[in-house]
Amino acid sequence: MRDVAVVAFAQTVHTGHDAGPAEPELLLPVIDEVKRATGLKRFGFTCSGSCDYLAGAPFSFVSALDAVGAWPPISESHVEMDGAFALYEAWVRLQHGDIDTALVYGFGKSSMSDIREIMTLQLDPYYLAPLGLDQVSYAALQAAAVNADRAALDEIVRRSRAGGRANPYALDLPDPAGEEFEVEPLRPYDVAPVTDGAAAVVLAAGDRARELAGRPAWITGIAHRAEPHYLGMRDLARSVSTAEAGRAAGVGKGPVDVAELHTQFSHEEPILREALGLSADVMVNPSGGPLAANPVMATGLIRIGEAARRILDGSADRAVAHATSGPCLQQNLVAVLDQSL
Amino acid sequence: MGNRCAVIGVGQTRYQTRRRDVSLAGLVREAALRALEDAGLTFADIDAVVIGKAPDMFEGVMMPEAYLADALGAAGKPVTRVHTAGSVGGSTALVGASLVQGGVHGRVLVVAFEKQSESNATWALTTHPPFSASLVVGAGGYFAPHIREYMRRSGAPGHIGTLVAVKDRLNALKNPYAHLRIPGIDRKMVESTPMLWEPIRYLETCPSSDGACAIVLAAEDKVTGTPAWIHGTAMRSEPLMMAGRDVVSPRAGRDCAADVYRQAGITDPRREIDVAEVYVPFSWYEPMWLENLGFAAEGEGWKLTEAGCTALDGDTPWNASGGVLSSNPIGASGLIRFAEAALQVRGMAGEHQVEGARLALGHAYGGGAQFFAMWIVGSRRP
Repeated sequence: MRDVAVVAFAQTVHTGHDAGPAEPELLLPVIDEVKRATGLKRFGFTCSGSCDYLAGAPFSFVSALDAVGAWPPISESHVEMDGAFALYEAWVRLQHGDIDTALVYGFGKSSMSDIREIMTLQLDPYYLAPLGLDQVSYAALQAAAVNADRAALDEIVRRSRAGGRANPYALDLPDPAGEEFEVEPLRPYDVAPVTDGAAAVVLAAGDRARELAGRPAWITGIAHRAEPHYLGMRDLARSVSTAEAGRAAGVGKGPVDVAELHTQFSHEEPILREALGLSADVMVNPSGGPLAANPVMATGLIRIGEAARRILDGSADRAVAHATSGPCLQQNLVAVLDQSL
Repeated sequence: MGNRCAVIGVGQTRYQTRRRDVSLAGLVREAALRALEDAGLTFADIDAVVIGKAPDMFEGVMMPEAYLADALGAAGKPVTRVHTAGSVGGSTALVGASLVQGGVHGRVLVVAFEKQSESNATWALTTHPPFSASLVVGAGGYFAPHIREYMRRSGAPGHIGTLVAVKDRLNALKNPYAHLRIPGIDRKMVESTPMLWEPIRYLETCPSSDGACAIVLAAEDKVTGTPAWIHGTAMRSEPLMMAGRDVVSPRAGRDCAADVYRQAGITDPRREIDVAEVYVPFSWYEPMWLENLGFAAEGEGWKLTEAGCTALDGDTPWNASGGVLSSNPIGASGLIRFAEAALQVRGMAGEHQVEGARLALGHAYGGGAQFFAMWIVGSRRP
């Protein structure tokens, strides 16, 4: 495989409410920022991730392209998935050997919609979606299956929100409090907040990466795997696809300093920790993670960006990033980022 | 370009207005199983699955790849969902090919579909986010002014669109999968149909279809059966909103064609390409794309159409399958073009086979004529 690294990362200052900007307006500053950081104006390939249902209209990626300044025309593609999967497509494209750089971005404005209801429409349309089981309800099934200790979940939320308060891009949320359930056993603070935001990443191969960054975050492994859709066909307390993707990406081949995990619910952290074989001393989601800022369709890409940032700035030598898609962690992507190859 | 990659299997469903007998999952599985059968493989032989379709609102299922993973044997494998507007079928094939060309996987299943009967595509195309304009006209209303501008610039006579509509529907009669199979189709019949968006008449537009198409792609050492080798792949996008953008002959289309021809070593596409499957959803897009793709000089495309060059027995057949004008499951339409190009160079296109086809172009476009995906496939190993 060709050596590819994250050489730049930018994200919006995320908001928990609609602050006004349309999707291209959210994107323009972050794309400008990674262009400035690398000095690149053109990229060999561009790939983005978003979801039309967040905007409630078809082709949400079309106007977003206006923020890229795609003139003269660019080589470009889009996945209707989290931007992390767009990064995977760009990484694959860089393996061909004929281009050296790629721009990846993801964006989502959840404030314009009811994300819990929208996620219902992701379920099998004939048998599951008509049941009206919303996103928090099916997450609660998984939380019940994993049967995590309440104090441990509270600690995950407390740590994530504290991380978010220290992160200038994440939301400013108070420590968890209150006894009532959102959907038992989940409490309101176990659920990632509604967030608007966007992120951009630049990938570069080989010597180009060394030119563009002092300490490139080399992607030593990246893989993703899906599981059956039907919740009854899976052991919800485990994430087999994360474990397989983690093995394929080589998570266990070295010590992990930090892991950024796409945990949209507090109970997902212990499931993912176990699947990835992360020991108790691995720092998880120091950025605050999705529980402190969840711009849907950018959240997974931000995990890769946050993990890479710690390599780029020298505060970590080896990091793991995770992104998910589908109900109850159906599909999972794992990337290993390293300061050396 | 990366490692060599070939199409080793093609599967299509019959395209029709409504497939009431299958669910979305049943539809994609039907195409996938046929592609696997063609390649002599099973789901167990597949390393990764790539799914493409046009906007999720067409069926009302958000990110349906999650639900469709089971039907496509994708559990335990990576699944990617591509969406690049009308060009998506083509882009999906290219993402699949990329996984092989990049050396990541040996065999990839690519599936694209649309089941338009589950919703209303014109409605889905017409909703729009706040603060952005909607023409409330669907695709035909958007493209009609582009066509009128082409007629003004080129001086093309008004009957050219009719000729394409007849030619593609005659070809469709030879394709068992085609949706519109209209016995006795002729110019008089097309001209007698209502004007929808001047100059586009009812029979100069594509139908709304249910259908799916699948292909199996393989690395050189995994080829089974009859391969269609990929000689070039390219994507190009340009912004929707840009002053001075030429919507009649978009630069993204010209650049994309130039890139894919360069990779395939083609200098004269009209002479060297034996058959082309080109995305023509409204009949007038044949002469327009003849020019955009370099088959004719600017202003000359309609003359090739009028002279019959693009007919099945012409010197440069276009849309031998009947094209998008005869079958349009939107998300699959681009992949059908790519797959039909592969069938032609494998010599497996049946009644609509172009004799001795060795090099073929697959083409798709989308959005406001701003997204392009193309490949060149050949019977010879590149």
